[in-house]
Amino acid sequence: MTKRTVLDRQSIVVLCLLAAAAILVPVLNVAVDPGSPFHLSDHLVPLLGKYISFALLALSVDLIWGFCGILSLGHGAFFALGGYAMGMYLMRQIGPRGVYADPILPDFMVFLNWKELPWFWQGFDWFPFAMLMVLLVPGILAFVFGWFAFRSRVTGVYLSIITQAMTFALMLAFFRNDMGFGGNNGLTDFKDILGFPIQSSSTRIVLFVLSVAALAGGYLLCRWVVTSKFGKVLVAVRDAESRTRFLGYRVEHYKLAVFTLSAMLAGVAGALYVPQVGIINPSEFAPANSIEIVIWVAVGGRGTLAGPIIGALLVNAGKTWFTGMLPEFWLFALGGLFVFVTLLMPRGILGAAKDFWEWARQRMRSPAAPEPVSQAAE
Amino acid sequence: MARLRSILQAFVLLTGMVSAATAGPYEDALPKFAADSYSDTEAAIGAVAGSGHPLALKLVETLRDGRLMIAGSQVYIRDADGKSVDAATGQAAEPAAGAKAVRLNNRVRRAIEAALGGMTLLSPDAGTRLDAARAVFRSRDAAALPTLEQAIAKESDGNLKGALESARAAILLNKADAPAPEKLAAIETLRARGDQDALALLSNLPAGTPTEVTEAAAKAAEGIRSRLALWNAVQNVWYGVSLGSVLLLAAIGLSITFGTMGVINMAHGEMVMIGAYTTFIVQELIRTQAPYLFGASLFIALPLAFLVAGLIGILIERTVIRFLYGRPLETLLATWGISLILQQGVRTIFGPTNREVGTPAWMSGALEIGGLSLTYNRVAIVIFAFSVFAILLLVLRYTSLGLFVRAVTQNRRMAGSMGIRTSRIDALAFGLGSGVAGIAGVALSQIDNVSPNLGQGYIIDSFMVVVFGGVGNLWGTLVGAMTLGIANKLLEPYAGAVLGKIVLLIAIILFIQRRPRGLFALKGRAVEA
Repeated sequence: MTKRTVLDRQSIVVLCLLAAAAILVPVLNVAVDPGSPFHLSDHLVPLLGKYISFALLALSVDLIWGFCGILSLGHGAFFALGGYAMGMYLMRQIGPRGVYADPILPDFMVFLNWKELPWFWQGFDWFPFAMLMVLLVPGILAFVFGWFAFRSRVTGVYLSIITQAMTFALMLAFFRNDMGFGGNNGLTDFKDILGFPIQSSSTRIVLFVLSVAALAGGYLLCRWVVTSKFGKVLVAVRDAESRTRFLGYRVEHYKLAVFTLSAMLAGVAGALYVPQVGIINPSEFAPANSIEIVIWVAVGGRGTLAGPIIGALLVNAGKTWFTGMLPEFWLFALGGLFVFVTLLMPRGILGAAKDFWEWARQRMRSPAAPEPVSQAAE
Repeated sequence: MARLRSILQAFVLLTGMVSAATAGPYEDALPKFAADSYSDTEAAIGAVAGSGHPLALKLVETLRDGRLMIAGSQVYIRDADGKSVDAATGQAAEPAAGAKAVRLNNRVRRAIEAALGGMTLLSPDAGTRLDAARAVFRSRDAAALPTLEQAIAKESDGNLKGALESARAAILLNKADAPAPEKLAAIETLRARGDQDALALLSNLPAGTPTEVTEAAAKAAEGIRSRLALWNAVQNVWYGVSLGSVLLLAAIGLSITFGTMGVINMAHGEMVMIGAYTTFIVQELIRTQAPYLFGASLFIALPLAFLVAGLIGILIERTVIRFLYGRPLETLLATWGISLILQQGVRTIFGPTNREVGTPAWMSGALEIGGLSLTYNRVAIVIFAFSVFAILLLVLRYTSLGLFVRAVTQNRRMAGSMGIRTSRIDALAFGLGSGVAGIAGVALSQIDNVSPNLGQGYIIDSFMVVVFGGVGNLWGTLVGAMTLGIANKLLEPYAGAVLGKIVLLIAIILFIQRRPRGLFALKGRAVEA
């Protein structure tokens, strides 16, 4: 087996592209004249930022599905929890500027006639605490859930179903007004973040650049995980779980660690998503959303870290385009995509491209001695 | 004094009743109204009430509302719109100028109320009598007591008699001068009645009631309370069974496909939806072509829904799922894609709004047993669900298809080695599961909105049932569905609908940890494969 490094050729390409995006988008938005065809209009910046946060989410799903064989149909829950943690911070920042002008309580609590802030809202006015919660809340939930599930060896389809049940239960819970998270309206009407107005185009550019940076950081982290010895064990678990266990590895510990890490990444993605979109509500917990994340990964290429990024960007761009042009056909297209990718492109766009590349190279070198096909580093 | 007057009234009523046929007393009484003296009016009310004249009820009501006009010796009934009729002839007539309304005082008003109660309590129409008895039960007006006694003596219908007696009990309990033994008897009557109204009466006795009576009432109320609680629990269990049957219908097809092929069919809910839309189309055709068949529409829809959903299922299996064997997670994604396409397809064809599916006459109404109310459509669904279950059980047990399906479920490779064409069995099992989902849709169209999202509402619950009960085991599905249905409905009164459901989901998630293969797991080596 060849020595794998964190920064292989593919990683460098990905990082360069992300860096280019982080430079180009602000430049096209600010420096290019609005009349020019190359100008990026203001509403596109948060849209692209949203795609980037989705890409980070897809990356987190790929880390467990592509490298450890855990198909979570409830990753939207971790994303939404991270988003709610961020949303709670942003709600507290509104202060007396709400409709009811209560200096402490968010509008919906005044509306529900609550007298004081519930205990779980304490501390969210302090940014570092909120950021800690963005990591901890999804992390702890994933840890507890995974500890139960992996210890008792719930695998495959059963695991997928109970993750789906988890996000469904959370959705029902967050729809309740007495949970204290704004019921079905969720959290919205944010004013500013760290003192910067959240609607202004400069804040949005900064948020976009931060999202790209977070995606790059997430990518490097995942890359580091999967190239480490730990990552090799994960792949072994994916391919032959029982055999790995018989070899003496505590499979459940590996799974639990990577599941928790992935949930935290999803939480960060949610926290980046909320300020750019301006709202978080319980429909983010819907099981359908979580399944959609999986298809981003499948489209891009499961088990390649660059694939989910490509998949998330392409599918969401397609969604935006379709829902604008042919709203009735979006579900046909999405459904068809699910079937097409699983049937004909099981390794996704990136896998198909690699296969094509291999095939083309083999044809170039006439029927000489067959090359030892190097397994793509993934 | 009060008693004397009651006796007098009863007497007047009675005499009125006797002479009703001669059609005299009504006309005779009219001039007494014209005299406009309180005692004459009171006497006239009694006479009119007992006359049985078609205008009598209207006249007394008009009098109560202060719209009975007199001009000279003529009496006019004026309705709320200001139109008048001659009280003697019933012909439309305008009272002469200077007409005035008959004056009322409290004595006259009481006489009016008693007369009205009496006229309806003694009405020949059973429905009117029942309404009157209920009205008296609520008003507890002691003035109605004599008439009530009379009505009780006359009543032959046991049900109505009970209503009248509880009305009398209500009056007696609230009547300060009724003797204690009568009150105790009244409490006994109410205890036998034993519903929410009786409980309210017993727990709100007027001040000044003798202690022995209040004690007896408290005891009776306690008895009623525990009885009501029991009925309530039984009713909740019934709701649970009914919900469990719905879950069973939705999940049983899923259990077959999941059991044989180990794949999760995310499009299963859409098969249910297709069944419901098939019912809609059948009913539409019947409405336009053969309205007399409407009562049988569901029976016509059942085989069609089975065929349509089953064929779509086989089509899906042949074109998509068979290429994904051994990759259950990919199958899950592909069938999810199919479910999106089917949903959007139905939305494009039939529109996004709810479609109306009618309920045949024989399925509307409710069965009352004691304190229970069982609506016929729920009863029908429970029976239907159990029939489907029994038929499937027989099919799997006694047909060759069933034998093959069970063999493939237990050990696919061994079954293949024995010469079973496993891929054909897969297709047929998938078609069977989908077809059963289709007929579930026919049943669910009766209790749920028929919309493109119909299936989505059931898919997660169906998974929970299958996973909880154990895969590939119909009994497990039955136990799972009933347990979840009943637990859900028993939790609801304490935790509320949403919280109850959340509690249940968490319970299932924890349960899976204990028994990862469900309640009734298949045993054997093949399971780990």
